[in-house]
Amino acid sequence: MDTRTVYFDNNATTPLHPEVKKTIIKGLEIFGNPSSMHQFGREARELVEESRATVASFIGAAPEEILFVGSGSEANNTVLSLLRCESTSCACPLSGKNGLVTTAIEHPCVLNTARDLGRHNHAVTFLGVDKHGRIDLDDLRRAVTDKIGLVSVMLANNEIGTLQDIKEVARIAHEAGALFHTDAVQAVGKIPVDVKDLDVDFLSLSGHKIYGPKGIGALYVKKGAPYCPFILGGHQESGRRAGTENSLGIFALGKAVAMRALEMTDEEPRIRAMRDALKAGIAASIPDVLFMGHPEHCLPGTLNVSFAGAEGEAILLYLDLAGIAVSTGSACASGSLDPSHVIMATGVPVENAHGSIRISLGRENTMDDVTYMLEQLPPIINRIRDMSTVYRRR
Amino acid sequence: MATKWTYSDKVKDHFMNPRNVLREGNEEDFHGIGKTGNVKCGDEMMVFIKVDPATLTITDCKWQTYGCASAIASTSMLSEMVLGMKLDEAYKITAKDILNALGGLPDNKVHCSVLGDKALRVAIDDYYRKNGMEDRITTQTAKIVCECMQVTDEDIEHAVLEGARSFQELQDMTKIGTGCGECQEQAMATMSGYIQKHFGL
Ligand code: FES
Repeated sequence: MDTRTVYFDNNATTPLHPEVKKTIIKGLEIFGNPSSMHQFGREARELVEESRATVASFIGAAPEEILFVGSGSEANNTVLSLLRCESTSCACPLSGKNGLVTTAIEHPCVLNTARDLGRHNHAVTFLGVDKHGRIDLDDLRRAVTDKIGLVSVMLANNEIGTLQDIKEVARIAHEAGALFHTDAVQAVGKIPVDVKDLDVDFLSLSGHKIYGPKGIGALYVKKGAPYCPFILGGHQESGRRAGTENSLGIFALGKAVAMRALEMTDEEPRIRAMRDALKAGIAASIPDVLFMGHPEHCLPGTLNVSFAGAEGEAILLYLDLAGIAVSTGSACASGSLDPSHVIMATGVPVENAHGSIRISLGRENTMDDVTYMLEQLPPIINRIRDMSTVYRRR
Repeated sequence: MATKWTYSDKVKDHFMNPRNVLREGNEEDFHGIGKTGNVKCGDEMMVFIKVDPATLTITDCKWQTYGCASAIASTSMLSEMVLGMKLDEAYKITAKDILNALGGLPDNKVHCSVLGDKALRVAIDDYYRKNGMEDRITTQTAKIVCECMQVTDEDIEHAVLEGARSFQELQDMTKIGTGCGECQEQAMATMSGYIQKHFGL
């Protein structure tokens, strides 16, 4: 059996950048608590603040607008939970205006928090999307009533790669007097993101999607935006997020972002070219395929494709046996019967959702990986279709 | 990267080398055909059998599926198990028998293996029907457990296979008991029966 391995699941997580690895190894020696005043603490504090400045400058923010959190999910939960604040002593003026507008294709950490808000008497609207995964701005305009305190729309979708027109979305939210948050976990480090240009109030990002470690993320909170801590306790992160800082993770996130700043611009066209070659190769060698996501407004390295008559988990596992890692929108792989909520929201037939795979490329992929995939995939699809009750060659 | 596969070696073998797949074109040669599931819910299974009329023994069993690795492996396994089996014996094969033969599946994949034995029973019924043996058909049709929400025992079985273990989970999945509420006791009993049947708990 071929021992070649190809990792095409970079939207799930990315391999550590070699420079990040070095930073982690060096960072292991720096054990001081950043909150301690002695030299050990000061040494850690200095590096934490260096990372903060790096992360801030990468997205056009000021350092004091960045707080480090445990994950993208925590960042998103923190922002949505601002709507829960009913304290009269709090600076957060959202009480009474505690409705939320979000979309049907958000990450589960937003969707589930939104649903929970809905169960607690918050007015929550989930905007639908078109067949390419984009929301309708007129729908948005109608949804942002004077009860809406927050609009949360993801910048790039993790499954289909579709980008929203965040600048316009933010403008509409602000015109209606709502705050605006974007989950930019899949976008930061892949495409240019500038919080001032987009005019967002809150933005979430995560380390392990940009060749950094898992368990570290950052939340941008615009200066002056209402804010309540989600994790209560000590005075860390200026009292906005309690808990001793994950200093090692923070050093590593800083390095990961610094490397993105150096490499992203050159890398983007290369990744886009590989994605386009995959797409063209699949279209040329396999009949009856459907590409999901937006043809233009899309992450450079994400390709979501559905194969008629072939179920996704079977494709994933045959590819796995050939050493290729992808992910799937199929229900089976996730252990439930419901296929991907994102693909379902785009209105394609449910069969397409069951038969889709997501190929997500990263900095370590090469054209050889693309060639190998294009050798392996067609016979696998053929094989599955050969067994299929529903696929008949035309 | 030599990591253990999610599934047993047996499952992997049947997935990589599925036995007795029906290639297109010769469906007419079979004496009984059974189909269960549908593409919409993500799994569809068809089983085709040939029967020796003198001994009522299965002489050939082929299949097709739209399904995941577990569905492919379990149907492949089933097709080997039933060869040479008397119809009434094959009729009694359960998903659990297939699971045992495969060396088990992860809990959340068990639902993928239940279509094969059902499709086989439908194929056997089809044979009985075509050969004037309707009296042998014992496949029961779904029984309504919750009148208000029209939830059947099959729906409950499905929910159990998808992971429902408490009444709350069953209700979330099926809406059972959200009308008059009188069905709760029977729903619980039916659910326990299926948990026992599929997971032996
Ligand atoms: S019979 Fe089920 S709720 Fe009434």
